Amino acid sequence: MNYDVAVIGAGVVGSLIARELSRYNIKIALVEKCSDMAMGTSKANSAIVHAGFDAKPGTLKAKLNVKGTELMPELCKTLFVPFKPIGSLVVAFSDEEMETIKELLNRGVENGVPGLEIYDKAKLREEEPTISDEAKGALWAPSAGIVCPYELTIAAAENAVMNGAEFIRNFEVKKIDFNGKEFTISNGETSFNTKYVINAAGVFCDEIAALIGDNSIHTVPRKGEYMLCDKSIGYLAKHTIFQCPSKMGKGILVTPTVDGNLLIGPSALDIEDKTDVATTSEALADILEIAKKSVPCLNTREVITSFAGLRAHCDKDDFIIEPSEKNEQFINAAGIESPGLSSAPAIAVYVKDMLLEKLNAEEKADFIPSRKEPVRFRHMSNEERKALIEKNPAYGRIICRCETITEGEILDAIHAPAGARDVDGVKRRTRAGMGRCQGGFCGSKVVEILARELGVELNEITKCGGSSKILYERTK
Amino acid sequence: MLNYDIVVIGGGPAGMAAALKAKECGVDSILILERAETLGGILEQCIHTGFGLHYFGEELSGPEYADRFIQLVNEKKIEYKVDTMALQITESNVVYAVNKEDGLLEIQAKAVILAMGCRERPRGALNIAGTRAAGVMSAGTAQKYVNIDGYMPGKKVVILGSGDIGLIMARRMTLEGAEVKVVCELMPYSSGLTRNIVQCLDDFGIPLRLSCTVVEIHGKDRVEGVTIANVDEKLRPIKGTEQYIECDTLLLSVGLIPENELTREVGIELDPVTKGAVVDEFRETSHKGVFACGNVLHVHDLVDYVTLESQTAGEGAAKYVLGKKDAPEYITTKGVNGVRYIVPQKVNIKNDDDVKLYFRVGQTYKNAKVVVKYNGNEIISKKRPRLAPGEMENVVIKNDILKSFAADGVIEISVEA
Ligand SMILES: Cc1cc2nc3c(=O)[nH]c(=O)nc-3n(C[C@H](O)[C@H](O)[C@H](O)COP(=O)(O)OP(=O)(O)OC[C@H]3O[C@@H](n4cnc5c(N)ncnc54)[C@H](O)[C@@H]3O)c2cc1C
Ligand SMILES: Cc1cc2nc3c(=O)[nH]c(=O)nc-3n(C[C@H](O)[C@H](O)[C@H](O)COP(=O)(O)OP(=O)(O)OC[C@H]3O[C@@H](n4cnc5c(N)ncnc54)[C@H](O)[C@@H]3O)c2cc1C
Repeated sequence: MNYDVAVIGAGVVGSLIARELSRYNIKIALVEKCSDMAMGTSKANSAIVHAGFDAKPGTLKAKLNVKGTELMPELCKTLFVPFKPIGSLVVAFSDEEMETIKELLNRGVENGVPGLEIYDKAKLREEEPTISDEAKGALWAPSAGIVCPYELTIAAAENAVMNGAEFIRNFEVKKIDFNGKEFTISNGETSFNTKYVINAAGVFCDEIAALIGDNSIHTVPRKGEYMLCDKSIGYLAKHTIFQCPSKMGKGILVTPTVDGNLLIGPSALDIEDKTDVATTSEALADILEIAKKSVPCLNTREVITSFAGLRAHCDKDDFIIEPSEKNEQFINAAGIESPGLSSAPAIAVYVKDMLLEKLNAEEKADFIPSRKEPVRFRHMSNEERKALIEKNPAYGRIICRCETITEGEILDAIHAPAGARDVDGVKRRTRAGMGRCQGGFCGSKVVEILARELGVELNEITKCGGSSKILYERTK
Repeated sequence: MLNYDIVVIGGGPAGMAAALKAKECGVDSILILERAETLGGILEQCIHTGFGLHYFGEELSGPEYADRFIQLVNEKKIEYKVDTMALQITESNVVYAVNKEDGLLEIQAKAVILAMGCRERPRGALNIAGTRAAGVMSAGTAQKYVNIDGYMPGKKVVILGSGDIGLIMARRMTLEGAEVKVVCELMPYSSGLTRNIVQCLDDFGIPLRLSCTVVEIHGKDRVEGVTIANVDEKLRPIKGTEQYIECDTLLLSVGLIPENELTREVGIELDPVTKGAVVDEFRETSHKGVFACGNVLHVHDLVDYVTLESQTAGEGAAKYVLGKKDAPEYITTKGVNGVRYIVPQKVNIKNDDDVKLYFRVGQTYKNAKVVVKYNGNEIISKKRPRLAPGEMENVVIKNDILKSFAADGVIEISVEA
């Protein structure tokens, strides 16, 4: 196969780049080593659309964050991705920290962040009643929001595929050769050719760059662990509640998620293994202790799951988005750590513009900006449900009882462009298995539906691709 | 809008027994809603024997026990809809449910019986550190894979929690050729039935480690091992006692939680200990005309008690529908000193029958005394050679004693060692 552009990595960055490029009449491959998109950092982060006051003025980070955050609401609306403009608070607990938030405000103003304001104690408590009595005030940022990061990634990749891009899953790029004109991209077994490469491989961006001899990128995986709590205590935070930042990052936050759960985290620890997303009891205990400083009534009783994600922390301390010094046709989108999610819509446009300078491409007249609106039975009125089931009875069978997900929604997820192939894929697209029982009830039913729809045996279905099989051989 | 006198939510042993009793008491318009493909509830996957010793005086398998009731439901022509999920109950006892054939159902009921059973506590509730590899599942899910789908969910197994399902699955997996390496129990005692510990672990040489838990799960895609450790009196892992155990599967049998989403949404008062509704002796909840029975009310170890309790609820619902339940005068019940909870939580002193109070203790006792007091005065005291958290106890309050009580009195049950 021959492509014009190969985007390596189907995280939020790669997927949005692929979608942006799919507006043009070029052949695009979105290449992913896992069985699905959004399997890397884009599925395990704080999901905050940052206002943009953290980054140093003048950096790419600052510029793309503010721009990305501006683009996000409209993009989410177009792609039917949950987004809530809830605003964020950086809470100060001492006079010194009150100074820090004033500095943040000034920096934000310089970066072009709209609407920043310092709240005093009274106003803060009024806005966020669960906040600690120790809090002295906070920086209020109304342009911040929350988004569903994996749904954004999936929607972007789906939409790119609808517009002609090819999603190549289970393809780990191991070798890249260049013949002076074109690259040959290989996973050790099969290969394809492409004129341009975009390196959007997240924490692996340094290794992908090294495949063409570009050793200029140095990333350290910095692990962040989280606890996710039941919806019944989602009301404990109305806005995203940060503490003052340190040199390891933005610290521990407490925030509602778009689905109404409560998220607490992340820790920050530099590690060596880029695949190590195990949670540790130490970090989980620390997170809770620190989070209680903001919201003292937190406890672990309502925790339904914990997880970890890896920041692609880069020694340059800024995003690296430019053609490689080794090869003009190879563009790095590297070191995309936080606020990478917020910036991703702007990164996509930035990379597209960079590529268009090199590539002669015409905009398509028939570009479809949106995807089919996913059915969300749980949000429907009884009237709408009635009409829906009349049209398609599959929506009358509830598979996940915690989140009220129907068989119809699961079938849609499997048969979508670049649809789900495993249990976690179904989970991220529909929320089946994400509720308080964490798939205890629906897990086996989802396995059955996947096997039936994909025409395979039950024991060929995996949790998340690779060797993550769920069932072994038949019983005696 | 459909109309029924009684709508029963859940077609397990609780729902079926309640419906049958209501019918016997003279109510004809009854509908059972069951979300699974068949009636029978959790019993359908419990193919081991040990059901019905008390109620039928014989040892049946789960499906056999359920079958007896399914036959009766058919004989008595009680209506039911399977593959039908109840989504909501309203203040005025309208039940919304969905299925493929009827679409969205809107059913006005005079009385509703909640019999939704319970679900297993998931891993998240334990906050075990480590990876999120495949191969971690609840024992009940494993039971379904093995007994219904006919697939093995693993070969080398560690089981966390010594609840009955975990014990039963230790034996089942062993019989199917898997190696069950150890059953870890956080508490210093097992919450399972003694007979299950003997028949499912001891007979197969499977070690049971008390005061021990899983502190970490290892493995990238599929589980490759777990780290276990002993815990101190406060249930905190003790440093230095960690031990790595190679396995491909971790089954969790760490407790059951009554399935009370619908109950909570309509605002019915719940007991923080049982996690089920607060009920009177006919199992009527704080919401008029809504009754609850079986595992949705409190977790039972024996289905026989589920059946008995559900008959009481069925009778109560029938009385309510037929207008035979007059304004009650309640006394409350309270477990103290070693008694974790009592069901029912309140009793109508105008009731014309004896009342059985079911309760559970919080730890094991040998040769202890169960003492029942009314407003501080001892009314019953009985010696028990053994009391255990896994085994439900009961005391009967005779009707003549009940009649001597006054409204707003308090019955306390305690254990004296
Ligand atoms: C703890 C934490 C909290 C964060 N919170 C926020 C936040 O609140 N707001 C915010 O804006 N940002 C946040 N971020 C940052 C944000 O999540 C990331 O910047 C963003 O998700 C990065 O996306 P990506 O597409 O670059 O990387 P990824 O999502 O990691 O995608 C890279 C993809 O490349 C694939 N890949 C790797 N190697 C290969 C190969 N050889 N062949 C093929 N495919 C390959 C991977 O499998 C992966 O799918 C947070 C990050 C972390 C870790
Ligand atoms: C693995 C295991 C082993 C056991 N071993 C023994 C034993 O050896 N001996 C013994 O006596 N007892 C045993 N028991 C206990 C006994 O099986 C239970 O106490 C009994 O099944 C509880 O009955 P139930 O009707 O309350 O709940 P369930 O049997 O769970 O039935 C509840 C029903 O309600 C349905 N439902 C729930 N929500 C809805 C809704 N919204 N809409 C429609 N339908 C709904 C469910 O699908 C289910 O069918 C065991 C239990 C388990 C789980």
